[in-house]
Amino acid sequence: MKIMSEIVIKVENISKLYRLGIISHNTLYQDIQSKWARIRGAEDPNTQIDQLNSGLKNNECECFWALKNISFDVRKGEILGIIGRNGAGKSTLLKILSRVTAPTEGKIKIKGRIASLLEVGTGFHPELTGRENVFLNGAILGMTKQEISEKFDEIVAFAEVEKFIDTPVKRYSSGMYVRLAFAVAAHLEPEILIVDEVLAVGDAKFQKKCIGKMGEVAGEGRTVLFVSHNMNAVKNLCRKVILLEAGNLVYEGDTHTGIAQYVNEDRIETTTLDEEYLNSIMTGLILERNPTVRFQQITISDMSGNERATFRSDEEIKITMRYRCYTKVTNLRLLITVLDSEGNRIMNTLNYDDESQVSKNELNPGVFTSICTFPKNLFGENRFYLSFSMINDYIEHINIEKGMYFDILFYSMSSYSEKLYEKTCIRPLLKWTTYVE
Amino acid sequence: MKEDTEWTMEIHSRSGWFNIDLAELWRYRDLIVLFVRREFVAVYKQTILGPVWFLLPPLFTAIVFAIIFGSIARIPTDGQPPVLFYLAGIIAWTYFSNCMTATSNTFIANSGIFGKVYFPRLVIPVSIVIVNIFSFLIQFGLFLIIYLYYLISGAPISPNIWLCLVPFLLIQMAALGLGMGILVSSLTTRYRDLTFALGCGIQLWMYATPIVYPLSQVPHQWIWLISLNPMTAVVESFRFAFLGSGMIQSWQIVLSLIITAFILFLGILFFSKVERSFMDTV
Repeated sequence: MKIMSEIVIKVENISKLYRLGIISHNTLYQDIQSKWARIRGAEDPNTQIDQLNSGLKNNECECFWALKNISFDVRKGEILGIIGRNGAGKSTLLKILSRVTAPTEGKIKIKGRIASLLEVGTGFHPELTGRENVFLNGAILGMTKQEISEKFDEIVAFAEVEKFIDTPVKRYSSGMYVRLAFAVAAHLEPEILIVDEVLAVGDAKFQKKCIGKMGEVAGEGRTVLFVSHNMNAVKNLCRKVILLEAGNLVYEGDTHTGIAQYVNEDRIETTTLDEEYLNSIMTGLILERNPTVRFQQITISDMSGNERATFRSDEEIKITMRYRCYTKVTNLRLLITVLDSEGNRIMNTLNYDDESQVSKNELNPGVFTSICTFPKNLFGENRFYLSFSMINDYIEHINIEKGMYFDILFYSMSSYSEKLYEKTCIRPLLKWTTYVE
Repeated sequence: MKEDTEWTMEIHSRSGWFNIDLAELWRYRDLIVLFVRREFVAVYKQTILGPVWFLLPPLFTAIVFAIIFGSIARIPTDGQPPVLFYLAGIIAWTYFSNCMTATSNTFIANSGIFGKVYFPRLVIPVSIVIVNIFSFLIQFGLFLIIYLYYLISGAPISPNIWLCLVPFLLIQMAALGLGMGILVSSLTTRYRDLTFALGCGIQLWMYATPIVYPLSQVPHQWIWLISLNPMTAVVESFRFAFLGSGMIQSWQIVLSLIITAFILFLGILFFSKVERSFMDTV
C-alpha cells in the first residue's frame, strides 16, 4: 500500500459569492435614504425598476457564485495543477487561499506558511535599487529581513543581475526587472507556494530555469499550487490536477485525464448538423418543389476527425460539408462566414475566390463532400459562430445562419500576451522583423 | 491521519468583530520599516527642493493667520508672539491632519498590491504615520529656529518641564491620525462620498481646535465641548510646553487620551473587518 503523505491544505465546501453591478448604493446618503424608507415601510427610492418588476428582493439581485462548494485536499510535497478556462474560478480560489479575499461560505485549513505569487514584482518601486527592492518585495511576500539576507546572493545570482544590484530598478531592462522579481519569489521558503501564471516571464531559457526551480521546491517536500493555461507546463510539473468549470470542481485526479477532459470537454456543443435539422433552419432563395442542391451534413472536427467544438489555438479546425446535387450544377459556391459572439462578421471564406474558376466547376447529380480547414494560430481566445451558404448561381441560395459554434482556448507559453489579447477574434502568427536603425 | 489541532491557519467565511491580530503586525515589522523607507525615498529622490515643500506651507499659513486673526480680528494669543503662537499650533495640526489624510485612502490607493498578496493591511497606514514624522521633524526644525530667535530676543516665553511630554504628544497625534484615517478608509471602501467630506471635515475640525485662538478665549460654558475634541489637549499642551502659557487641565488630557484610544480601537476594529472582503468591492 502506498504511504500517503499528510494533508497540508484541506478545502471544505468553499463558496464565493460576488455581487455584480451596483454594490450597495455607494453613497452614504442613498444608504440612509433606503434604510429610512424601509423603516417607514415605503418603497425604496433607490431600487432599480427592473428589480421591482422581476420581483426580486433588493439583496437578491445580480449575484453570481464564482465558486460553488469546492472541496479538495492537497498533500505535502504535491504539485497540484489548477486548470479551467477563464472565469472558471481559478483566480478566485487562489485569492481565497492566499487570503486576499475571504470566502462567502466554507473554510480552509492550512498547515504551514503559505505564500503566493499572484503576480511577480508586487511592490517594486522604480526609484529603489535592486537590493532595496529585493528586501521590500521579500518582506511583502512574508519573509523576514534575516531570511532575505541569507538568500540574497542566491537570489541575485538566479536573476543574473549581479552587476546592477545597486542601480535603481527604473534603469533595468524589463527582462532584468522580471527576472529579479521572479527570483525573489522563487526563493521564498514557505511550506506552500501558490503560483499563478508566473512562467510567463522571461525568455525560454529563463522559463526552463523556473520550471526546474518549482520542481526543486516540491522535491524539498514543499507543496505547490500551480495555475496555468500552459498545459505543457502543467503536464511536466503536476501529477494531480483539479479542473474547475463555472465555479464547480468537475474533476480531481491524475493530470493526463484532467487535461484531456479540459481540452475535449464535451458539453452541449453541437458538432454535427444533420439533414433534417439543416433543412428545418435553412433560409434564402429556396426552390421547394425542385431542389437543386441541399446540405446533408455539416461537421466540425479536429484534423484526425474527432468531432468537437473546443480547440486550442494551435490546432487546425476541419469543417466538413456534405451536400447533394439533385441536378447538374455549375457555378456552385460554398461560403463559410465566421461571426463573433456579438454577431459581427469577422471572416468569409469561399471555395472559389476567383470568379473565372467558378464557372469551370461542374458537378453531376450525387453526393459531394467539401472540406474547409482553418489553419492553426488564426483565432484568438473567443467563441465563434459559423454560418454556411451554398449558392447555385441564379437558382438557389441556401443559408444556414449561425448553425454552430466553436470555442478557442488560447494555448501559449505566455500569459502576459494572453492578458493583452484576451477576447480578440483574430490572432494570426505573422512575420515580424525588428532591426536597429 | 493527523489531528485537526495541528493546523497552523484556518480561513473562515465569517469573522467576528474582534478578529484583530496585532501579533501578526509585529511579525511584519521588517515590512513596516521597508515601506517607510520606500515612501521616504519616493518622496525625496524626485524633488530637488525636497524638504522645502514641507517648510513653506506652515510658514505662510502662520504669517497669514498672524495677519488675519492677529492683526485684523485681534484675537489674543495669550501674550505670545503671534507667529510663534500660530506656528506651534499649525505644525502639530499639520502632522495630525497629514496622518489622517494619507491613511484615509489606504484601501483604494493600495488596491493593486492588496489584490495580489496578503500581508497585514495595517502595515501600510502604520508606515504612513511613521514616514510623516520626517516632514514633522523638518517643520519642527523651522519652528525651533524661529523659537530660538524669539527666545534670544527676549519674548515672554518660558519653556518648561512639559517639554518632556512632546514625544508623547507626537505619539498621541500619530495614534489619533491613524485611528481616524483607517476609520475613514474603512468606510470609504463602501461610501466613496466620504472622501469629499473628509477635506471639509478636516478644515472644520481645525477651527474646532485652539489653533487660531487660545483655549483661554473659549467661553467657559463651551469648555466641555471643545475638550471633547482630543486635539484640543494635544495642541494646548504642545504650546504650553514651549511657550509656558495657556490653560490646560489634567482632566482634559485624560479625556483626550481616552477618546484617542477609543478612536484608534474603533478604527482598528473597522479596518480588520473591512480588510477581509474589501477586494470584492473596489
